Amino acid sequence: MDAGDDPRLLALSPSDNVCVACARLGAGERPRVDGVEMPIAEAIQLGHKVARRDIRAGAAILKYGAKVGVATADIRRGGHVHVHNMRSDYLPTYTLDGANPYLRRDG
Amino acid sequence: MIGYPRADGRMGVRDVVLVVYLVECAHFVARSVASGFQPQKVQIIGFPGCYPNDYAFAMMRALCTHPNVGAVLLVSLGCEGFDRDGLGAAIAASGRPTATMAIQEAGGTRATVEAGRRWVAGALEAMATSPRAPLAWGDLVVGTVCGGSDGTSGITANPAIGRCFDALVRDGAACIFTEAGELVGCESHMASRAVDPAIGDAIQRCLAKAAVYDHAMGHGSFAPGNAEGGLTTQEEKSMGAYAKSGDSAISGVLAPCERPPGGGLFLVDDIPEGAPLFGYPNVNDNAKLAELMACGAQVLLFSTGRGSVVGSAIAPVIKVCANPETHARLADDMDVNAGLVLTGEATLDLVGARIRAAIADTCSGAETRSEALGHQEFILSYKTYGARGPSCLVRS
Repeated sequence: MDAGDDPRLLALSPSDNVCVACARLGAGERPRVDGVEMPIAEAIQLGHKVARRDIRAGAAILKYGAKVGVATADIRRGGHVHVHNMRSDYLPTYTLDGANPYLRRDG
Repeated sequence: MIGYPRADGRMGVRDVVLVVYLVECAHFVARSVASGFQPQKVQIIGFPGCYPNDYAFAMMRALCTHPNVGAVLLVSLGCEGFDRDGLGAAIAASGRPTATMAIQEAGGTRATVEAGRRWVAGALEAMATSPRAPLAWGDLVVGTVCGGSDGTSGITANPAIGRCFDALVRDGAACIFTEAGELVGCESHMASRAVDPAIGDAIQRCLAKAAVYDHAMGHGSFAPGNAEGGLTTQEEKSMGAYAKSGDSAISGVLAPCERPPGGGLFLVDDIPEGAPLFGYPNVNDNAKLAELMACGAQVLLFSTGRGSVVGSAIAPVIKVCANPETHARLADDMDVNAGLVLTGEATLDLVGARIRAAIADTCSGAETRSEALGHQEFILSYKTYGARGPSCLVRS
């Protein structure tokens, strides 16, 4: 991270392609990350992930310097990274949202 | 710090009377006996099943002879499968006052409740003069779990507990962590921290068993609230949960009910051996806390982001809140605010030191928030027990 970066977005490891929101961010904000403004497309809740750079579908999601899942769609820098565009390599993620495309009812 | 010396050489940090139901059919009577006494002094545990189970017996024996326990009243219906005589004999052999009341022989609900209350009142009177002695860090086994995790847990409360664990290990305490299902993905790094290759193999084996169970059950250790809090995958949750273990070398792998042989950091292997049986290895957070207590933990550290309010029977629970928004809503339930790391008001080292100070206060008699509120959650389920692999072992 560069000096002057917004402390609300934290990259846990230099190799990470996502940042963690340490506070809520509003849509349209342009926090500075890695020395460059990052357009925030939608509101981000505390603890959620934001793409630190453009991520292609199929690429690994890196957090804590480790692979924690795979992108299921292209994600633009500043985009929300969550169950709608990321999946586990281990087990499907269980949510109460039946419309969630990531919830595989067929196993 | 001051504790209660026990005949087996261990030290309690509490001196509670347990009222223990030996089958669900005796649960109401046990609860009626305990009601009317202070929840901090008289607590209920039990096993609901009618059919015998080696794991449940070993857990009940370990918990009824836990160093925080001063006296035990067993409440039996009379016809259940639990080996009440074996349990009663084990408690008596530990030097604790104990009695067994079978409802069918004692004359039913009213008679058993009255006799039980008289017995508990007498036990409390005798315990008013329980001897006390100074307590050192080396007398402590401290356990940790996380519950209601979110995207803040892995960057505030969990690594702060890790810093605290590192300090406690240096102080000579035994620190124990568990939740193999929330460590999946961290196998290689964990194995590299083992004090020798055999323990590294035991760690890898434990996590491989967790993966077998998760796939058999169709769920990992992931609840919808985890996703609402920003966690997307099991492996992401694991990376955050793993931070609770700190950076110390891992001195061994313990089975449920097995005590650490001395100070150091130990993994409690909560995944049964063999083909999956009886369901999820631990059905909720309190099931994990019960196993940590059965391994001797006198104090429990509970990290939460979404905001769990649970406490536990037997051992005080210190709640470390990861999320500053949650802390603002649930401050009355939380002991330590790790969310200050995100607001720039504290460092991980400072929060770790505050957790250690909270343990010292708790072990000097101060009530934790969940104790003050009267929490005493407890659960024990069926589980496969025994037949441990040759690589599960302890070095210290």
